Amino acid sequence: MADPMRIRASMAGDKVEVKVLMAHEMETGLRRDASGNAIPAHFIRNVSVAHGGKTVLSAQWGTSVSRNPFLHFRFKGGRPGEKVMITWLDNKGEKRTDEAVIAGG
Amino acid sequence: MQPKIIPALALALCGIWAAGCATGPSDSEAERAVAEMIKTSFKTRGQATIARLNQDEAQALCSKHAGELPKDLSDGIEKAQQATIRYPGSGKLMGDWREGERIAQSGVGKQFTDAPTRPAGGSCYNCHQLSKQELSFGTIGPSLYQFGKQRGASEAMQKYTYGKIYNSEAFTACSNMPRFGHNGVLTEEQIPHLVALLLEPDSPVNK
Amino acid sequence: MRIDHVLAGVLVAMLPCLSPAQQDTLKEIERYRQLLQESNPAELYEARGEELWKTRRGPKNASLEQCDLGLGPGAVKAAYVQLPRYFADTDRVQDAESRLVTCMVTLQGFTPEEAKRNPFSGTGVPMITTDPFSGVGQRSVMTDLVAWIASQSRGMRVAPPMSHPKERLAYRAGEKLFYYRAGPYDFGCVTCHGEEGKRIRLQNLPKMTNAKDAQRAFGTWPAYRVSEGELRSMQWRMWECIRQMRFPELEFASDASIALIAYLAKQAEGGTFDAPAIKR
Repeated sequence: MADPMRIRASMAGDKVEVKVLMAHEMETGLRRDASGNAIPAHFIRNVSVAHGGKTVLSAQWGTSVSRNPFLHFRFKGGRPGEKVMITWLDNKGEKRTDEAVIAGG
Repeated sequence: MQPKIIPALALALCGIWAAGCATGPSDSEAERAVAEMIKTSFKTRGQATIARLNQDEAQALCSKHAGELPKDLSDGIEKAQQATIRYPGSGKLMGDWREGERIAQSGVGKQFTDAPTRPAGGSCYNCHQLSKQELSFGTIGPSLYQFGKQRGASEAMQKYTYGKIYNSEAFTACSNMPRFGHNGVLTEEQIPHLVALLLEPDSPVNK
Repeated sequence: MRIDHVLAGVLVAMLPCLSPAQQDTLKEIERYRQLLQESNPAELYEARGEELWKTRRGPKNASLEQCDLGLGPGAVKAAYVQLPRYFADTDRVQDAESRLVTCMVTLQGFTPEEAKRNPFSGTGVPMITTDPFSGVGQRSVMTDLVAWIASQSRGMRVAPPMSHPKERLAYRAGEKLFYYRAGPYDFGCVTCHGEEGKRIRLQNLPKMTNAKDAQRAFGTWPAYRVSEGELRSMQWRMWECIRQMRFPELEFASDASIALIAYLAKQAEGGTFDAPAIKR
């Protein structure tokens, strides 16, 4: 089970500002170990962010995103006290969902 | 909660408690502690053996007198180091500057993570500017850009350059520059390539 | 993110190459550094470390909540900036990481070897790596703990005690080690860290006998090292320097490592502790 994401969600004017740090190896599949064998690729393929039952962000990632990725974005329509839910899904089929409450006002 | 202030009285007695302070350890006590740590805090790994921590005379003197080496000692070190210089059996002191550039760029060699059979590099760019094109250069040593252009490539200059790379302390006691030849890091095949890199008019160092 | 981190590092390192007019790039980079801190993956290690502190582990099935880091059992706030220091129970000067070893042994029942195993985190399969104890997907309990403990001193003044004779001895020994030249490259710490304004390739080098440089250097470890994708501690920093000095391997939590850290902490005295930081 992967480590929880660290999520900060707060109001920035009329938008919700979200900053999320994800714990993930993001192994490209191109690195080799001491014996010369390729280390298997293990990276996040999809990220989706939901609020109020709607998807507010959808991302398709690949191997160019670095280890322990940090995602920072804003969306309209959220209010303090409401929840933001973030889900990632990786190439091995592992997935992780965490949520945060929008702070401030 | 902020840390407590160190008792002012202790500080007043010692100044900033340096060597000679009545309540600090004696120099020999500190020396003994270090000798013990050298023995017990390190272990042989790969090609990096514990024996590497045994200092030769120059290393011991340079450690003891760091930054304040008396003239008679520095002269003595330079004389002793000069005597260690071995020129190549072939008599050829200038090799191929292209190979020299490769050696200068390589920072590999003698670490316990380095394969012992792999030739060491000179790590020259770690400390020096050499060619104009290479922007990623260090400043621990002086710039060597236009080294040969400024000095020519006479036999005497080749000999000096070779000697300096072989054993820098023959010229500057306690130099920061590794004694590449004397310590067996670079071979008598490799150093001439570096001499060429520095002295050849065609070398990028001199363009 | 990886590219941004590397770019910031390269830009900062290249500052000496920039003309004076471009030096206000420095202000921008400082601002960028602050933004980077928000994305610092060190936070992930700190979160795990805080959990591990409270988790029952080892043959004694005990947590580390009674561990004494110098300010009494369980007192973690401000502890890191007052280390290394003398501990009566072990009759020696210890840094944060060696103290964690002590607590894992005495409180949790681990053997010293078990406590010192895998002190540096490594992920994925063993590589041509600088990690002595990396394993497949293996985390380092030690790294996670020291990340959290350090974070509990963030913003505080570096103030290692220096009143006990053994604390002074550790400092003097560390100072002598700093100047100790040896090995096939004739290196001592002083070779790279003894002069102001120098750099190796494009990496600026702090002069450790200069208070400002030492404060900044000591105050930013532990740090998440983007180039390694790992959080690195002071013990790791010593280990890695010693490796690159062409010395034999410095043992984790050894007396020499503690003495060096004691020397550097004292040199950094009065500085603001700004760790866990993020570095190239």
